[in-house]
Amino acid sequence: MFKLTVNDQNYSCQSGETVLDALLRQQVKIPYSCKKGSCQSCLIRSADASPPLSAQTGLKNTQKKSGYFLACLCHPEQDMTIRLPDHLPKYFQGEVIAKELLNSHTLLLTLALKENYQFNAGQFVNLQRPDGLKRCYSIANIPQEANTIEFNIRCLPEGYFTSWLLNELKVGDQLAVSEPRGHCFYLPENIEQGLLLVATGTGLGPLTGILQDALKNGHNGPIYLFHGARKIEDLYKIDAMQQLAATQPNFHYLPCLSAQETVPEGFSSGRVNDVVNATLPSLKGWRVFLCGHPDMVNQMKITAFLKGASINDIYADAFLKSI
Amino acid sequence: MTTSDNNNDNTEVEVAVAEKQSLYERIGGEAAVGAAVELFYRKVLEDYRINRFFGQSDMEKQIAKQKAFFTMAFGGPNSYTGQDMRTAHAPLVKLGLTDLHFDAVMEHLGATLVELNVPAELIAEVTTIAEGARNDVLGR
Repeated sequence: MFKLTVNDQNYSCQSGETVLDALLRQQVKIPYSCKKGSCQSCLIRSADASPPLSAQTGLKNTQKKSGYFLACLCHPEQDMTIRLPDHLPKYFQGEVIAKELLNSHTLLLTLALKENYQFNAGQFVNLQRPDGLKRCYSIANIPQEANTIEFNIRCLPEGYFTSWLLNELKVGDQLAVSEPRGHCFYLPENIEQGLLLVATGTGLGPLTGILQDALKNGHNGPIYLFHGARKIEDLYKIDAMQQLAATQPNFHYLPCLSAQETVPEGFSSGRVNDVVNATLPSLKGWRVFLCGHPDMVNQMKITAFLKGASINDIYADAFLKSI
Repeated sequence: MTTSDNNNDNTEVEVAVAEKQSLYERIGGEAAVGAAVELFYRKVLEDYRINRFFGQSDMEKQIAKQKAFFTMAFGGPNSYTGQDMRTAHAPLVKLGLTDLHFDAVMEHLGATLVELNVPAELIAEVTTIAEGARNDVLGR
């Protein structure tokens, strides 16, 4: 018999019993449907022990790495601490160490965390200001020794949170950062695989993090980064990306402008989806990362899939706007 | 499939399952569902006759539906009733879903299983189960 801990309460899991059956028997509310590993309704996360591989059938590799598993397939091999989907995230104290504008409406915010903070580039967090208002942003760098994390934040003139970030928050101020979430990140495996990274707007943030992570891990397959915006002034990090492309033979940077009358040399004209479509004939065997506008993300998922990318190789984060 | 489910209404099914492996098991269970959905969904999205019925907005939701469909067609565990199938497809019937479209889906289902080297006799079983949903899907 093993012990299951959920929200600091202990439950028993008898031999031969799945985690789902054990929790249901003890009146823990947990979503489920097929009980055979197909529907993934009972997807939950282990906070400590690695779940048995057999309980991770059909999950994305990044979900497996984060400890997600299907309760209905899980016969525990040791005691487990379990996070249900409605689990409240833990918060860490961060201090603002830099604020900088990347273009007229994009803020680069850098925070230093006091405690050791573990994340994968491309995951997202909630930032919470002292009055409790919070917003979700993606991390734009890879883990640093100094425990700093960066965000690329689109400042909406009508946005309560971003106006406050831009106008009131000062270097040295404190900001609460939730534990990281999300499955859109790089794993150092199949380093010869093609990587397609497609961003619109501040979707570039998590994708540059993923890019750094891939390069740091010696990824040697072709890496294509497409960054879409309306006009040239809506892009950012152009020089840094061009320089990287000049020195890194397997990295290709394609900035795309959808509403620019005259498109300068080195830029593509058109919506990013169309440019990807015209540039890469096949994505069979590729790993795909999509971040930014929901319409772009949804369309690119289908395009990537139809071009041969496998469902489990498509990682996406659609950015929803909240004021 | 185990027979330890607390499903007291289904004693007959459980006895049958105990006697021989279920179709779902013989075809390869969850792994087979995953492989089939990958091939099938690509065929469907590329088929101009029917792709408009397979909403192009939220791929994850579509894939979850395809998984449910294949789990059902493979005789696996599913919680769908005929009425659920009717309700779910009613908006599509309004958009003009007919036998022709159902036939196209059946065509892709068959081709997918052939591509996965599923033996002919198992394909026949799957086809029979999927056919059984025709009238509910088409709302008659």
